[in-house]
Amino acid sequence: MKPAAFTYHRARSVAAAVGLLNDLGDDAKIIAGGQSLVAMMNFRLARPEHLIDIGRVPGLDHIRRDGAALRIGALVTHHAVETADLGTDFAVVSDAMRWIGHLPIRTRGTVGGSLAHADATAEWCLLAVLLDAEIVAEGSGGRRTIPAGEFFQGVFTTALEPDELIVEVVFPRPAPRAALTEYAERRGDFATVAAAVDLDAPRVVLGGVATVPLRVPSAEAVLMTDGPRIPAGEAAAAAIDPRDEPGVSAHYRRALTRTLVERACEEAAAR
Amino acid sequence: MTEVQLIELTVNGERHDLAVEPRRTLVDVLRHDLGLTGTHVGCEHGICGACTVLVDGAPARACLMFAAQAEDADIRTVESLAAPDGTLNDLQRSFSAHHGLQCGFCTPGFLMLAEGYLAERPEASKEEIREVVASNVCRCTGYQTIVEAIDDCAGRRRAAFQAQLDSGRSA
Repeated sequence: MKPAAFTYHRARSVAAAVGLLNDLGDDAKIIAGGQSLVAMMNFRLARPEHLIDIGRVPGLDHIRRDGAALRIGALVTHHAVETADLGTDFAVVSDAMRWIGHLPIRTRGTVGGSLAHADATAEWCLLAVLLDAEIVAEGSGGRRTIPAGEFFQGVFTTALEPDELIVEVVFPRPAPRAALTEYAERRGDFATVAAAVDLDAPRVVLGGVATVPLRVPSAEAVLMTDGPRIPAGEAAAAAIDPRDEPGVSAHYRRALTRTLVERACEEAAAR
Repeated sequence: MTEVQLIELTVNGERHDLAVEPRRTLVDVLRHDLGLTGTHVGCEHGICGACTVLVDGAPARACLMFAAQAEDADIRTVESLAAPDGTLNDLQRSFSAHHGLQCGFCTPGFLMLAEGYLAERPEASKEEIREVVASNVCRCTGYQTIVEAIDDCAGRRRAAFQAQLDSGRSA
């Protein structure tokens, strides 16, 4: 289908985008790569009256080490991260990119856009929770940092204020023994279940089993005491409460969860 | 009244000044406003890849971009591949030689996907090509011959490049 009519605004700076958000209120949406938003607009699941294009705002396209931390600008594309050499410290991040859609999606879709869209199966959302990321947002009240653990609040819902946009995500600590894996019926599709594991933190995060990326403390406790692999997968499967859905029974989703957590543990241990 | 916006697009090296509705996607501007109907429209939500074009050299879905977002970018469509006299380029000839198409609806998308990918990764293995080809949907040929067409073209380009290097060395 074709999207509903809207007014297009091009922001030349973060301050200009914030100003527009302030002026236009709830009827405005930010567009960066648009790889989720344009599809939703074509379906008319989203009908914003105003689009604020931040695609060419300068200063938001860096991938930079800052001491132990890794800082990624909001406009960095998935493909740029996929092809960047992040070293063993953050290989989990670049390796996770291949799970995002397909190449022509990854060349346009952005880190900030994915986090702001907050799909509970999105790889960036899982990575953010897995690695205790800090999401840097700017609004009319200035800049603030939101911990990933508080950022995702529900179905496509984040802690961003209506006049805020994401400018950067910061991964504060290296994760040399971490991995993300997932299963989808078709390659490149949204994950039925996604699992991410950091053996050192330790952290176990699941996508596709709740309305937000879900940390599983019971599985993390297993990693702390028993070491990786099978018991962690069993603990994760036992901790979730999936519902029967057409084509995906609760039993199946639980089985996928167990297998994927085990697989992520093995991949993380093999790094 | 419908809102119209003035935009400037560079497509296949040519600049165009256009007055379009902001909601016009890039693929619709290419087809309806510029008459470049080689780029096809399939699903309109980024799944099928029939509308794949190059945006600054990188393959992208023209249905998932508003034309206004493509201002200042270098857009290339399937019309840019063949020579002005209609002679097909090496990739197009390879698709033909390997029977990499039947109905041809998906072909422009596959061609632009492969052009963008091989430009970035000329040394791509057959397995990597197979993975990238999963980006687009073909409902009649099946993917085997498409993979073979791209792999063969990539091999010939590498051989030609090597020959060029060798002749430069012997000269």
